[in-house]
Amino acid sequence: MMTRHLSAAALLVGLASASGGARAADDAQVARGAYIARAGDCVACHTATGGAPFAGGLAIETPMGRIYSTNITPDPETGIGTYDFAAFDRAVRGGVNQAGHRLYPAMPYPSYARVTPDDMQALYAYFMHGVKPQHQPDRAADIPWPLSMRWPLMFWDAMFAPSPATVPAAASGSADQLARGRYLVVGLEHCGSCHTPRGFALQEKALTDADGAAYLSGAPIDGWLAKSLRSDGPDGLSAWSVQDIVTFLKTGRNNQVAAFGGMKDVVAHSTQYLNDDDLTAIALYLKSLGGKGGAAPALRPDAAAATALRTGHGLPRGGRVFLDNCAACHRTGGQGYDGVFPRLALSSVVNSADPMSLVRIVLEGSRMAPTAGAPAAFGMPGLGWRLDDRDVADVVTFIRTSWGNHGAPVSAQDVARIRRTINSGPTPESRNTVDPSPS
Amino acid sequence: MTVTMKKKDVVLIGFGWTGAILGQELTEAGLDVLALERGEMRDTPTDARYPQVIDELAYSIRGKLYQDLSRETVTVRHGVDDLAVPYRQHGSFLLGNGVGGAGLHWNGMHYRVLPEELQLRTRYEQRYGRNFIPEGMTIRDFPVTYDELEPFFTRFEYVCGTSGKAGNLDGRKIEGGNPFEGPRSKDYPTPPLHNGYGADLVWKGAVEAGFHPYYAPAANCSTPYTNPYGVRLGPCNFCGFCENYACYMYSKASPQTTILPVLLRKPNFELRPRSQVLKINLDSTGKKATGVTYVDAKGREIFQPADLVIVTAYQMHNVRLLLLSGIGKPYNPKTGEGVVGMNYAYQAMGGVEVLLPSGTRLNPFIGTGAGGVSVDDVNGDQFDHGPLGFVGGASVRHVRLGGRPIQMTPTVPGTPKWGSAWKSAVKDTYQRELHIDLSGSVAAYQDVYLDLDPTYRDAYGQPLLRLTYNWHDNEARLMHHVGDRISEIAKAMNAEKYWVTNRVTPGAKYDVRFYQSTHTTGGAIMGADPRTSVVNRYLQSWDVPNVFVMGASAFPQNMGYNPTGLVGALAYWSAKAIREQYLKNPGPLVQA
Repeated sequence: MMTRHLSAAALLVGLASASGGARAADDAQVARGAYIARAGDCVACHTATGGAPFAGGLAIETPMGRIYSTNITPDPETGIGTYDFAAFDRAVRGGVNQAGHRLYPAMPYPSYARVTPDDMQALYAYFMHGVKPQHQPDRAADIPWPLSMRWPLMFWDAMFAPSPATVPAAASGSADQLARGRYLVVGLEHCGSCHTPRGFALQEKALTDADGAAYLSGAPIDGWLAKSLRSDGPDGLSAWSVQDIVTFLKTGRNNQVAAFGGMKDVVAHSTQYLNDDDLTAIALYLKSLGGKGGAAPALRPDAAAATALRTGHGLPRGGRVFLDNCAACHRTGGQGYDGVFPRLALSSVVNSADPMSLVRIVLEGSRMAPTAGAPAAFGMPGLGWRLDDRDVADVVTFIRTSWGNHGAPVSAQDVARIRRTINSGPTPESRNTVDPSPS
Repeated sequence: MTVTMKKKDVVLIGFGWTGAILGQELTEAGLDVLALERGEMRDTPTDARYPQVIDELAYSIRGKLYQDLSRETVTVRHGVDDLAVPYRQHGSFLLGNGVGGAGLHWNGMHYRVLPEELQLRTRYEQRYGRNFIPEGMTIRDFPVTYDELEPFFTRFEYVCGTSGKAGNLDGRKIEGGNPFEGPRSKDYPTPPLHNGYGADLVWKGAVEAGFHPYYAPAANCSTPYTNPYGVRLGPCNFCGFCENYACYMYSKASPQTTILPVLLRKPNFELRPRSQVLKINLDSTGKKATGVTYVDAKGREIFQPADLVIVTAYQMHNVRLLLLSGIGKPYNPKTGEGVVGMNYAYQAMGGVEVLLPSGTRLNPFIGTGAGGVSVDDVNGDQFDHGPLGFVGGASVRHVRLGGRPIQMTPTVPGTPKWGSAWKSAVKDTYQRELHIDLSGSVAAYQDVYLDLDPTYRDAYGQPLLRLTYNWHDNEARLMHHVGDRISEIAKAMNAEKYWVTNRVTPGAKYDVRFYQSTHTTGGAIMGADPRTSVVNRYLQSWDVPNVFVMGASAFPQNMGYNPTGLVGALAYWSAKAIREQYLKNPGPLVQA
């Protein structure tokens, strides 16, 4: 997973200095555009590690080869300084750049197509007047011919990318919170890019809730499971309250889980900056998504594992591994500590059908995303160096079947496969946003 | 060739507790602040990685987090005419290094100060007469009172999430707290840590013997806690690896667990680790600092200009840097002239060992670095010194630090040090021996001081700091009295056996081979008069007003309590004066 050191302050500085320029722009419109850019999380992909904001250059792994994000600062030579609004709009929502080349769908234009013309105007104002120009030429993709030909993407676009929206959407704070939430989730936040499974041509199987139950039903990405955001039982959001979702998006953690994998960047660069009205709207919309196959029965606490851990009687091998490695922070009751060490008991992450995230965190560890609302970046050390595949399988199985959890057992072979994935995965400098397969 | 960097508003020298506090406070005031730290970057995920961090051999014995004495150390001698030799192995005191300093690997014992300690000379002269203080003892009043510092004690406790129980809330006495403490404006931010069985027994024995036990304050959160900076801390899980270790539970307060998550993200703050400051540069008048000179990680010599220089290193390093920079006149014990280096002080450590009856199960591995049970009946001036004839008192506590295999396997005196007899003795005593700490105050003396060593130099070719120190009869008598008094607690516990283990006894010489305390104080003391102190009541240099010196180097003498609470409070007190007075009108805050 790539890490990033761009601070919010650097962005604000960029905004301040650029808006002090001579060009007359409506400050309010620029500020609104900055908020929309946050919601769209443009900075995450269009900024290289340690690079200037929006100057591009971040490596993105795709099944065809490595591509590099582009400079979207208003530099006239190397950025988008010569784009008029129509060209800007066509690129963001239509996937075609000023020169007429089709963009790779690593750029989520199928989602951005939902963004309203009005918001696009604000976004354009921000990129023209709120972003500091950076002279940084784009880097060519490392994709070999014939895959490097872009014209066939027009067929992909015709099949999978919707036409840009033409109608205004519900505004922030509007009475129609569900509509506002849907607008943000489906469009700007492009949650489906990670959380919706992809099909044979790497297209998202559903671009909105209208496309069926595949929408936001969870998908593997970058060797992590982007969890189901539907209310479909133990691994979705059914046990999360609206406030749990808001707190998670605002601070990167709640009393159930902490963000890991790519979601850390999403929280750090995007959702923590959204206002509470919008976060509540997102939460309400997500809570409105039904389960894949009807609501599963809620998990119920079970004290047996905690008793076994405390007494030592009837403790499986995985329980002993848990005592030696995990119990210090996550506790024998699996409840962790609110806002510090995530809960394992009845956790939607622990109970996911696919255990890859859980196994990966045990192997590699993770560190929470620091946010303005929760600056302490608590970390879990990786244990892969001292636990072999069987240890990990046993402890993860123990965790997935204790305290009321009902996850399927994990085998040493599963762990070995995930370990290989991690070891051969993308380097920290790059980031895979479209590969749908876990291995 | 010296490289000159872009000027900063403030440069902090050293990045432990006081550096973090000043960094946070002065960036909040909008200043552009740079911290220079000679050691490495350190943080919880990297330096408190579980389970590697609970390694007694690496951390307690080999001192993984300590200063590398082969590069820089101090020299030590007993008397003003003796030859000093370098301190080559960590023993008597454990010098920290790296980001967080000793604040990363302290125990978390978070006391304030007994109010009378701050006006010590006045108190003794008024209560016992002017002649009570012996010749050669140079104890002083702090130029600040408990009431003035109270908000800053509270502030620091709330930053740390300190656990404990107030004994005096605005004058109202509260059961379970310390009846002798100064009035608090607020209770502790988190409740006291649970007492182990041993602390329960000591508490009961203390009550029976007529003492006033209280929950010892610990900068180890007892519950998850979010401090005023928005930084959340974890709860202590009683793992028994505090002192010498960084806390993997994010529970023990350190700069890393309380301030750095906010400070390091600020655009107007910069930290440069591996930057060894050689000196503070002065202009041609010698009255104004222009910046500092340091050697960076690449070995380059750098001049860093700054408007304000704040010395935030460890006590000894603060004093040394003033001496190396020519700020203030060095103290000369023979003539009594000069001030820098004067009134070095220490603590006199001792204990009462208690062997409880066979079958007692203390489960000593359930440990915390701080907390447990304290009594202050023999601390400060809470008892009549008149008939006793000595100055000072001792903080007394039982806290079970853990049950680690190398250093926490006590045996009764006379037991062989190895072999089967030792093994069976350890097996016998491991569950039933406990220790009551006696932490005695040490007065300041005319013949105890710090200066630059004429012979030995560090890895950068600069003279080492020389420590001239020996025990005095006053402290031996103090510790004898305290040992006797606290034995009464052991007796009341129905101990099978108990014995006093004081290191300071009549005629004993200071021995640096054995750990006693890293509570070294003085050398850049605060005072009301520039002729007898180095810094004023706001920790501002009398000689160079754009230099401030934080830390325990400001204490005119040492007390029985652990110093960190007072060090933190003084840093917040000074930061407020800088923000509200100095920045508006840079110059001396106290007219000499």
